[in-house]
Amino acid sequence: MSFPVMKGASYALVQCNDMVIHQGSTQTSEMRLNPDSEHLKELPKHLRSFEDCVAYPPNQSYIGNLPPREMKEISRPWYENPVSGATREGKYGEIMPQDEFLGCMKAVDMFDLVVLEESFQSAVKEKLTAHPVIGKYWVTLGTLDKNPGTTEQIKELVDGHKAEPMYLDDKLVGCVKKAHDFDAALSEHVMFENLAGKASAAFALALLFAKTDLTPEGVQYIIECSEEACGDMNQRGGGNFAKAIGEICGCKNATGSDTRSFCAGPAHALVEASALVGAGVYEEVVVLAGGATAKLGLNAKDHVKKGLPVIEDCLGAFAVNIGENDGKSPVIRTDIVGRHTIGSGASPQAVMQAIVADPLDRAGMTLKDVDTYSVEMQNPEITEPAGAGDVPSANYKMIAALGVMKKVFEKSELNNVVESIGMPGFAPTQGHIPSGVPFLGYCKDMMLEGKVNRAMIVGKGSLFLGRLTNLFDGVSFIVEKNNGEADSGAGGTDKETIRQMVAEAMKDFAASLK
Amino acid sequence: MGILNGKKVAILGDRDGIPGLAIEECVKPAGAEVVFSTTECFV
Repeated sequence: MSFPVMKGASYALVQCNDMVIHQGSTQTSEMRLNPDSEHLKELPKHLRSFEDCVAYPPNQSYIGNLPPREMKEISRPWYENPVSGATREGKYGEIMPQDEFLGCMKAVDMFDLVVLEESFQSAVKEKLTAHPVIGKYWVTLGTLDKNPGTTEQIKELVDGHKAEPMYLDDKLVGCVKKAHDFDAALSEHVMFENLAGKASAAFALALLFAKTDLTPEGVQYIIECSEEACGDMNQRGGGNFAKAIGEICGCKNATGSDTRSFCAGPAHALVEASALVGAGVYEEVVVLAGGATAKLGLNAKDHVKKGLPVIEDCLGAFAVNIGENDGKSPVIRTDIVGRHTIGSGASPQAVMQAIVADPLDRAGMTLKDVDTYSVEMQNPEITEPAGAGDVPSANYKMIAALGVMKKVFEKSELNNVVESIGMPGFAPTQGHIPSGVPFLGYCKDMMLEGKVNRAMIVGKGSLFLGRLTNLFDGVSFIVEKNNGEADSGAGGTDKETIRQMVAEAMKDFAASLK
Repeated sequence: MGILNGKKVAILGDRDGIPGLAIEECVKPAGAEVVFSTTECFV
């Protein structure tokens, strides 16, 4: 059997200080319920500079400049120990400042909904045109020549509740207009979120082209797996983000669709992409997702209260290329997929059993046969002050404890196992973004260098947040070092192999006649 | 007799810790009356 391969991954962060205040759900809820709150007054004092954001060790790790395990050498708190000489460009991605991103939102707007102040629009157009990745791969930058506005016009739209404001350093520089007079699915707030998700994902897609051999024309299928929904009042989540994002990068030969399962979306999407490639339906598939403005500053109340900077100031995005076996890139073992079923149960032990232990049992492997697990890689510096603990570490402890129960590890080894199979969390709390996928870039390189042979990617999702079911969700799959045998046709069997099999069968038959 | 007999319990579960449903399963046999149960997500 021939397995599909993971050819490359790209990662983007966008620092959005003003969106933390004006679009982050923790802050917008506070504005609605308690507009004079201490939190809203204090929050702006805790926002950090773009330079501090770039030099923050987990962010350097996310874009490929600092292998996650090396973060263990950096003392906590990481926000007090910046990476010296850090750059916004990384081996796998890039960190973008907010001004450029506001221009990106305009550049991906096909319906004249984004209005930018004239001088700001022209300045940001210049920056994006000169940007080595956006300028090269985005085919819609001409949008930045259209319909600029004056500050007065923008203010009137925002004050009249016809548009969501776009601020830069507390100054109103633009807005996103509602796309319908009264359709809640096309409100200014929804359009802002969807355009931000679209723009950040399109940035990650452009980075994928810049960092790998994949070309826009070479993409045949795109699966978008964020947690947003686009549509109108008659089909609120109708889609299709995937094609809308591919259009920005000129992926004219691609079609696509959206996959949803809260934070488990990316793991589901990668299994689906692998299946499509493995079945020979498509040769090159991209799985991608943009960021969620609502989650900016999600735990900011605790961060502000405890004197931390607002470290949830970044949108996250990623793109991963799954393709036919090239004999080099790590393979996706589509025969070892973990799934949390409807009957699995919701306790942490039942979830881990279903998505981590069961698939290995079915494959005749044990937890020991996997070198590294990439679980939900949330940065613990974000979650610990909010009382949510160190999420990756808790996952690793649960995996190790399962191993002890199954007598794969000794109880005395537990801490060493946690240390050897895991890594510190380094991804922003952007829901689907930290869920297994942030490690794929490093995973590919570590497998090519022979440092890791087998990794398990785990995604988990909180389906109960949608209030349709109390069920949990989870999916896992195995990424393995390529044994060097390139794809040999559909199903992995070439003509020569078939000829040999027929010859051997005939030989056996002849022998039986003697 | 359960250690939570006659007690009303409000449960705040954590999606990355112990979910509300799992806590419910533990407190009910101990005699508690669950008056509120939820699981929250902080990530």
